[in-house]
Amino acid sequence: MRSRSRPVADLSPILPRGTGQDDSAVAAGGRAAPRARLGERSAQWMFIVPAAAYLLLFFGYPIVKNVVMSFQQYTATTFYTGAAPFVGLQNYSDILSSDLFPKTLLTTVLFTAGSITGQFVLGLAFALFFRRRFPLGGVLRSLLLLPWLLPLVVSGTTWKWMLDPDTGVVNAALRSLHLSSSGIPWLTGTSQALLSVILINIWVGIPFNTAILYGGLQNIPPHVYEAAKLDGAGPLASFRHVTWPLLRPTVSVVLVLGVVYTVKVLDIILVVTGGGPADATETIATQSYELSFQQFDFGRGAAMSNVLIVISLAFAIVYLRADRRARTV
Amino acid sequence: MKRAPDRGRPYTIVGIALLALMLFPVYWMVNASLQPTGSTLQGGWFPFHPDPSGYATALRDQGRNLVTSLVVALGSVALSLGLAAPAAYALARFNLRGTNLVLLGILITQMVPGIVVANALYSAYNELGLLNSYLGLILADSTAGIPFAIIIMCSFMRSIPREIIEAARVDGAGRLRVFRSVVLPVSTNALITAAVFTFLFTWSDFLFALTLTTTETVRPITLGVYQYIGAHTTDWNAIMATTVMASVPAAVLLVVAQRYVATAATDGATK
Repeated sequence: MRSRSRPVADLSPILPRGTGQDDSAVAAGGRAAPRARLGERSAQWMFIVPAAAYLLLFFGYPIVKNVVMSFQQYTATTFYTGAAPFVGLQNYSDILSSDLFPKTLLTTVLFTAGSITGQFVLGLAFALFFRRRFPLGGVLRSLLLLPWLLPLVVSGTTWKWMLDPDTGVVNAALRSLHLSSSGIPWLTGTSQALLSVILINIWVGIPFNTAILYGGLQNIPPHVYEAAKLDGAGPLASFRHVTWPLLRPTVSVVLVLGVVYTVKVLDIILVVTGGGPADATETIATQSYELSFQQFDFGRGAAMSNVLIVISLAFAIVYLRADRRARTV
Repeated sequence: MKRAPDRGRPYTIVGIALLALMLFPVYWMVNASLQPTGSTLQGGWFPFHPDPSGYATALRDQGRNLVTSLVVALGSVALSLGLAAPAAYALARFNLRGTNLVLLGILITQMVPGIVVANALYSAYNELGLLNSYLGLILADSTAGIPFAIIIMCSFMRSIPREIIEAARVDGAGRLRVFRSVVLPVSTNALITAAVFTFLFTWSDFLFALTLTTTETVRPITLGVYQYIGAHTTDWNAIMATTVMASVPAAVLLVVAQRYVATAATDGATK
């Protein structure tokens, strides 16, 4: 996930506004003159305006600017001449028809699916494990958060060092256990590199998945389990018929956030493999970075990053729809 | 789920084993940082003879970048809390038309890849002279902290009992006064959580450091590490010493602010 799985959120529970929450209405008085009321309202807006202005400047503007740039020939020369001729859909047709694109798209899908599956399954296993009360359980559970809090560059660098084919500790361990005599080219083999990056990303994302799923498990009332036990349900049956259905809302949050964050992961890949070897770990996000900041073709870079937005938006909508249908049936 | 402590002991052992496996990379990073220069090729399993030379080199090369990261992270915390706290209060407690729109906007920000923001900001910063500046980085890095801070604080401020605020209003306190002397003090926990995470987000930022700085004048530690790997692949002890130093804030905050960290993960995502 994230893989910096940023712990932000499913807003749906806070979207419906509570009624009678308006504290200012009390003091303003229900019968205040319209002008005073207007003054009150605009004074209240002053609390939001700075943050809203920031969000418009640093999210709104970039989105719009990116869309505009994607239709322009926006290159290094633009910075000198100021000229960015309008080229219509040229940038999109260039990137979508390039030989690399199908491979990049596939890598992005494999990277995301692999990371999410691994993080979710292992995260759920950890959450179920830590749900039991045992000595030191709380301490161990909070120490588990460490990989998630470390800067991604740090994790990436450490793993790069550990997976080094010649000097890395992973191959050294495999050799001493006689599991592999020559060592595995974790980062230099075209088929192994993607797997390595996925494994690292799983490692980074497990704590976040564990933390959220653990929270979800804690919200399941114990008496439901007692009832299931009385009905003769074993551990497997009670997981299938009690835990899983009641955990569904939390699972949706974890998976949607997971995909949305993983699709845009850049740091880990840039640090560990730089997209190589032979473009084997090149994703849409890394491609977008390279087009804009290494080839200084901002137009195509913008087009590529818009493809990224469309993918994560499409996924979120499709998944949330399907999930809602599953829940209402 | 109540168990006698004795019956839990096997779980403790399994738990420690699992954690040791998960945290091995962190141990290995510390171990590698304490090896002498050059001999890291063999790198023993334990730092029997810890050698601080990696740290000496790292501090000499990267000390300045650590300070830069600290300044940018603290600046981002100040900016994020300053903008997010009043907004969260208004979104939580005033029945303003448009509140839903703002909340929807915050939700959408989570889908915007950093590279989209970097792409657009590069040319804007280039014109405004904000490339290679502290202010530029603080502003860009806060894109992670501000939405998060608003969400965390908004969900907390909703739970403040209405009576407390009403009492202050009846006593004649103005809107700002209520916010400053009642709402903020009551919300300390949420403020700390937001501050801790905003700090970590900015401290960990790599993408904006990579795209919005081009010289050495303002170079955060994450970018320092990245360029270190490119330049000195032989001095692994110095590289690993730098990564250890770059991990210190995360480790310290995990210990010191543990209860805020643990609750934020669940609150941010599910509330």
